[in-house]
Amino acid sequence: MDKLINQFEFGLFFWQVVIFVGLVLLLKKFAWKPILDAVNDREEGIKNALLSAENARQEMQNLQADNQRILNEARAERDAMLKEAREMKEQMIAESKSEAQAQGQKMIEQAKAAIESEKNAAMAELKSQVSTLSLSIAEKLLKEELSNKEAQTKLVEKLLGDVKLN
Amino acid sequence: MVISNKPLRFIIATLVACLPLMSFANSEVDSTKAVTEVAHEATTEGHHEGAHTEPTDEKSKIKAFIKHHVLDSHDFTFTQDDVTGKHYGFPLPVILWDNGLHIFSSSKFEHGKAVAESNGNYYVINHHDGKIYRTDVSGKITEDEKTGFPTNVRPIDFSITKTVISILAAALLMIWLFSSLAKSYTKNGGIASGAGRIFEPVVLYIRDEIAIPNIGVKHYKKYMSYLLTIFFFVLFLNIFGLTPLGINATGNLTITFSLAILTFLITNLTANKNYWSHIFWMPGVPKAMRIVLAPIELLGVFIKPFSLMIRLYANIFAGHIVLMSIISLMFIFKSWIGSSLSFGLSFVLSILEILVAFLQAYIFTMLSALYFGSAVEEHHHDEAHH
Repeated sequence: MDKLINQFEFGLFFWQVVIFVGLVLLLKKFAWKPILDAVNDREEGIKNALLSAENARQEMQNLQADNQRILNEARAERDAMLKEAREMKEQMIAESKSEAQAQGQKMIEQAKAAIESEKNAAMAELKSQVSTLSLSIAEKLLKEELSNKEAQTKLVEKLLGDVKLN
Repeated sequence: MVISNKPLRFIIATLVACLPLMSFANSEVDSTKAVTEVAHEATTEGHHEGAHTEPTDEKSKIKAFIKHHVLDSHDFTFTQDDVTGKHYGFPLPVILWDNGLHIFSSSKFEHGKAVAESNGNYYVINHHDGKIYRTDVSGKITEDEKTGFPTNVRPIDFSITKTVISILAAALLMIWLFSSLAKSYTKNGGIASGAGRIFEPVVLYIRDEIAIPNIGVKHYKKYMSYLLTIFFFVLFLNIFGLTPLGINATGNLTITFSLAILTFLITNLTANKNYWSHIFWMPGVPKAMRIVLAPIELLGVFIKPFSLMIRLYANIFAGHIVLMSIISLMFIFKSWIGSSLSFGLSFVLSILEILVAFLQAYIFTMLSALYFGSAVEEHHHDEAHH
């Protein structure tokens, strides 16, 4: 221990403290402060650059997502429109079909009714025609028959005979 | 940071776990040294070229060399030639305060062999502790019989010693390196360039892994300058110590003491009310316990920087001694097997020392940050801390 204490040298201590403290102060002014500031600035710069790159990436992603969304929306809209159109078309076809059918049915009905009425009219005319014709024929026949006696009797007999049979 | 947390923490934990092994290695070396000492003393008889005061046999010469290396010195010697006694290096200025300023070159001491005269006073370097004492013309040093320390008057020594030169060099290197790094940011659009850019990840590591987790996002900024400076200062001086220049600054108690005392001062001067209340009147424990805890906590305030000081000093000091001992084993063995073995060992140990250099700088910074963090910790009772 004595040897250790004896090693202590005041002059050397003085120089060492003077040189070292001077060194700390000088280096602080001319080296450490500029170095640490520069390194800090650089680190900040790198951090900012990375951050802005990240932001740009995020923005890009957002944009892409937006685009995708818009595209999807447009696609969905188109699909919806197509579907609607298809449905409309089908509906129209169905509608017109049923309408046509109804129209046709109606026309058929009308035609049928017209035919029936025509037929009835024709039948009625035919009937009247036939009746007048047969009356005239009967008239003519009667005129002819009743012109001679014999024939009249014969007819009467015949008619009587028919009655008997009944 | 590219390096993820977990493996790094694991590596550091492993290194810490390995540290005790180093001390084992140390004692083993000592035992081998003891063995060689016996063998050596038997075989070598006086092949010595040095002066009479210098140790004669090779082993004690090496011992003296290592002892000399780990201490501070008044001249910068890279190497020396024992045969001619020539030293390769340069002298440093000696500045003494001894009833007046004495400034002269350390070449006057002629590497501790001569007595230097300045303004009528005589000074000599004691080769035991490498310190300057006042003496007379003959250069006599009287030693205390009990402790063995010299009793001569010691002038206050403000000399620019080898350690001062090395911390000055480290400081200038740091100023150049980091101010050029700072300038390169503005020139290069916020991106580092040049030599300093290797250290940018380290700066970021200290901020993100040491300062913010330990101090908190709110307060860490005001401690950053100190933490960064102390990390690189300790690291560079540790690495300097591993170069063949023979510098041992962070293995010098005065240096680690001054670093620790700065951490101590900053911790206690910036501490908030919560910190002091945890020391003197611990919340959440019975009153009787608070009285018992207060002195313990107060002691802790001083033990913390003390442990910082001793840890760094002991690690680097021991590392230098072990490394130099193993290197010098090469010259003691003087055989193919032994020398190459100790070469391999010193190589591996050097790599370990590089790791220790980083580790100790990290630990010093980490613990400083931890103490700062405890000083500015916010008041929260609910959590069961302590």
